[in-house]
Amino acid sequence: MTAWLNTIAQGVLVGGLYAMFAAGLSLIFGVMKLVNIAHGDLIVLAAYVALMVTDALGLNPILSLIVVVPVMATVGYLLQRGLLNRALGEDILPPLLVTFGLSVILQNGLLQLFSADSRRLQAGGLDVASVKLAEGLSLGVLPLLQFALAVLVIAGLHWLFYHTRLGRAFRAVSDDPRVAQLMGLDNRHVFGLAMALSLAIVAVAGVFLAVRTNFDPATGPARLIFGFEAVIIGGLSSLWGTLVGGILLGVVQAIGAEIDPGWQVLAGHVAFLAVLAIRPQGLLGGARR
Amino acid sequence: MPEPPLLGVAALDAHYGDFQALFGVSLTLSRGEVAAVIGANGAGKSTLLNAIAGLIRSRHDAILFEGEPIGDLPANRIVGRGIALVPEGRRLFPSLNVEENLLIGGQIGRPGRWNLGRIYELFPVLAERRRQASTSLSGGQQQMVAIGRALMSNPALLLCDEISLGLAPIIVRDIYATLRQIVGAGTAAVVVEQDIGQALAIADRVYCLQEGRVALEGRAGEVTRADISAAYFGV
Ligand SMILES: Nc1ncnc2c1ncn2[C@@H]1O[C@H](COP(=O)(O)OP(=O)(O)O)[C@@H](O)[C@H]1O
Ligand SMILES: [Mg+2]
Repeated sequence: MTAWLNTIAQGVLVGGLYAMFAAGLSLIFGVMKLVNIAHGDLIVLAAYVALMVTDALGLNPILSLIVVVPVMATVGYLLQRGLLNRALGEDILPPLLVTFGLSVILQNGLLQLFSADSRRLQAGGLDVASVKLAEGLSLGVLPLLQFALAVLVIAGLHWLFYHTRLGRAFRAVSDDPRVAQLMGLDNRHVFGLAMALSLAIVAVAGVFLAVRTNFDPATGPARLIFGFEAVIIGGLSSLWGTLVGGILLGVVQAIGAEIDPGWQVLAGHVAFLAVLAIRPQGLLGGARR
Repeated sequence: MPEPPLLGVAALDAHYGDFQALFGVSLTLSRGEVAAVIGANGAGKSTLLNAIAGLIRSRHDAILFEGEPIGDLPANRIVGRGIALVPEGRRLFPSLNVEENLLIGGQIGRPGRWNLGRIYELFPVLAERRRQASTSLSGGQQQMVAIGRALMSNPALLLCDEISLGLAPIIVRDIYATLRQIVGAGTAAVVVEQDIGQALAIADRVYCLQEGRVALEGRAGEVTRADISAAYFGV
């Protein structure tokens, strides 16, 4: 019994990471109807940026976020203004192809720079520390921190979307980009800020991913899939849905792995397909917010 | 030196791909004046307003505002100069509630007499519904939000594209009574309508568009209904 409880608790905590993958993806789709195929590779890029920062400054990976988050946000803004804005338009295919190309470029660029060796960030003891809740049930400090941050990120995004000027601009541009210009909004700039925010979240997700597991230049696409699955399970139009979707995906994967280690990823795909078949709008989709 | 007109449109052409929608349209408006632009469906009225508002780019000097060329400025920079458009079909932001729709109209922070409180005085029913989704309002109330949203930018020139479209006659009368209050306070306006009655009653000048050309132009009191229907229907 406690073994199962343990499995589910681990799954929930991993779900926080998936929710962060999903939130950045969902944010971009929501604001500019862009499906960012390079999202997973950008997560891996953030992990490598964190690797360089920790090596160069000797910082703890968690502290390295102080540098990695603004760096990735800047990359996001420039990427949007310099490349993605040019591809956006009536047709949704060009931006899809551009982000696909970007994904290939990122993977090969990282391979050239860092080789195919798998890497990991060392969190200096923090990665093995845990708190014991009951006999047989203990939770890692790092996963707990990661989950808490995920909840904070989603809550913060929700607050930003519904209680700030920027959030209002995001919603207006998403509703009607043409009329939004009449309000004095420069869509290209608003899109740039949305991508900056998305990649700031990617930075947090990338650092936690890199402490949790090994990564190499080819690990991006799998993160993209998990992010997609969490978004679809939770519901496309819902920020809290990404958290619910992430948790569900994490739990299902953990249960699958418990039954047979080979079933971990497969169980996630099955849950994703089941939701798509039974409730295509996602668990929290349909309802506004 | 004489003061330049508030708005000067000079030999404005507009194209959608290969299709030409406006042919050498010229229009002049002084501060505080109201121009009515009338014409049949497809005559180019919306195209003209969209060009002035910057949604369609034109030649640098095809549009002068307060003496300055604005023809090639994007819409997001024109609103700061003092031109606001109430678009055809209202086009409120469905994800924003009533108050947010108004606030976003004022977010460029142009100083002037209009603010949230003044808009709610003008349209008290909107104050009661401030937290509602804009999609839950009646057509007339949505039009009030659209007008309020445009006013929030404190324009010197208000462009109204068929604000009577789809509304009951009694609502149209109320909306035009409010518009009269707005222009009475010194805001100039270009009012586009297919239904000429309301537009003529409020206007100082009339322009009749026909297939992208100005077919008739004159002071509102001087053009006759017969002139207008001749220009309108091209007979
Ligand atoms: N986006 C567009 N693409 C192509 N043609 C358009 C577009 N918008 C308007 N037109 C054409 O331009 C002409 C003028 O349209 P419009 O300005 O909307 O007329 P009005 O507002 O007077 O009804 C019409 O023939 C219309 O079909
Ligand atoms: Mg029209």
